[in-house]
Amino acid sequence: MKVHLVSAFVLATALVLSACTTSSTGVDTPVVGEVTIFAASSLTDAFRQVGDQMMKAKGDVRLTFNFGSSSTLATQITNGAPADVFASADDANMQKIVDSKLADGSSKGFASNRLQIAVAAGNPKKIGGLDDLARPDVVLVLAAPTVPAGKYALEAMNKAGVVAKPLSQEVDVRAVLNKVSLGEADAGIVYVTDVMSAMGRVTGVDIPEQQQVIAHYPIAVVKGSKNAPLANRFIDFLVSPNGQNTLAEFGFSKP
Amino acid sequence: MRAERPPVLFVVLATVGVAFFVLPLAGLVYRAPWETALSDLTSSEAITALRLSFVVSIAATALALLLGIPLAWIYARVAFPGRDIARALTTLPMILPPVVGGVALLFAFGRRGLFGQALDSMFGIRLPFTTAGAVLAATFVAMPFLVLTVEAGLRSMDRRYEDAARTLGAGRWVVFRRVTLPLVAPSIFAGAVLSWARALGEFGATITFAGNLPGTTQTLPLAVYIALETRPEVAIMLSLVLLAISLAILVGMRDRYLRAF
Repeated sequence: MKVHLVSAFVLATALVLSACTTSSTGVDTPVVGEVTIFAASSLTDAFRQVGDQMMKAKGDVRLTFNFGSSSTLATQITNGAPADVFASADDANMQKIVDSKLADGSSKGFASNRLQIAVAAGNPKKIGGLDDLARPDVVLVLAAPTVPAGKYALEAMNKAGVVAKPLSQEVDVRAVLNKVSLGEADAGIVYVTDVMSAMGRVTGVDIPEQQQVIAHYPIAVVKGSKNAPLANRFIDFLVSPNGQNTLAEFGFSKP
Repeated sequence: MRAERPPVLFVVLATVGVAFFVLPLAGLVYRAPWETALSDLTSSEAITALRLSFVVSIAATALALLLGIPLAWIYARVAFPGRDIARALTTLPMILPPVVGGVALLFAFGRRGLFGQALDSMFGIRLPFTTAGAVLAATFVAMPFLVLTVEAGLRSMDRRYEDAARTLGAGRWVVFRRVTLPLVAPSIFAGAVLSWARALGEFGATITFAGNLPGTTQTLPLAVYIALETRPEVAIMLSLVLLAISLAILVGMRDRYLRAF
């Protein structure tokens, strides 16, 4: 609810701003104002950085982010949340937006991500792979199966033939990371990028290629955006060499 | 009470005020899938959450009664230095954001927490990710309602009955059990019901401290949150259950609730 209110306010401001600055000629309209970007929680750090870069480069723009699980964000958008851009951690939730005829144009893949097992710094429980997650002395936490990271985690465990019951199904992948970095859980399946963002508070254990699940990140402008030019500019920046470099710094792979 | 003709402005603003609360409920009722209501409410995820919520909220209320009645008695009867601060600390969860409560519980009773560490190493007790942890989170937010209500009841009761019992030779425990408790029973009941309702609705502290697992820690509000994305019809029906219970409690308790404060 708070997000809706904030977004509504942001949008209202954006409306006023864009009304003030749109050039009367209509040619080469300067791209200014504000947009609200709904993005998967795994994108938190990377998008903040990209946003800072873009705001520095373009000056007159403001990007507001709403991070959450892709499924929560998709639910919010289909219920009328005023998002300008939606970046999902899987195709299924982007498809919900497309099916609801809320995507402006087609979605574009901009990054991919890989899974990793997050364990306590230094790996005191000596967790070597997905097999160890079934050990009775390992407190395992996963993302809920309704959110992309949870779905991918189950796929990976299926591929590995591992049956392990998590002690909690967290609401998004960052909550899984937090439970591990706080020491409440011994292990959780997250993205490679999440382990990097934890800056040493957790250690990442690699998942071998044949058990790996690749997460694809699509992005689209949301229909009814009050500032489609800026929304498109953000996406263009993301797929530009500059944007891709930043994403790579945070551990994301090419789409 | 003297009836008065209200100013038009007040009527308009008050109507907006009422609409502000009624419209969300109307939205919920409007979107409710009445045709499938029964099958949604009897779906396994709904039943699991209903059962767990019942267990957790009852256990939290019991714990609140056990610890809260003595606490309320001390607040009401013993003037000790720092009483106001103690009372403020124990009623803090009423206005503290529940997520903050959950984080605090984690740092106290989590595996790496101040006391949780000892609990784990000495007794092998771990509270996060267990139903006991969910009970703890619910008690944390619910008990203040009981303490405040019972303390108010104790303060407003006629203490001459206790004096009379004592002059007739009753000991402290007999006075408490046979005179004080029956006299403040309405306050205890009101406090217990309020605590139970608060425990039933607890979300933030639970998901932060106890986690979210169907059958273990996924209480009704958590189930609503998770189901909203995949099975909104179940989420709506469970919301209506919570709504009906809360409404019934407030309507049923109106007099007692208002008298207590």
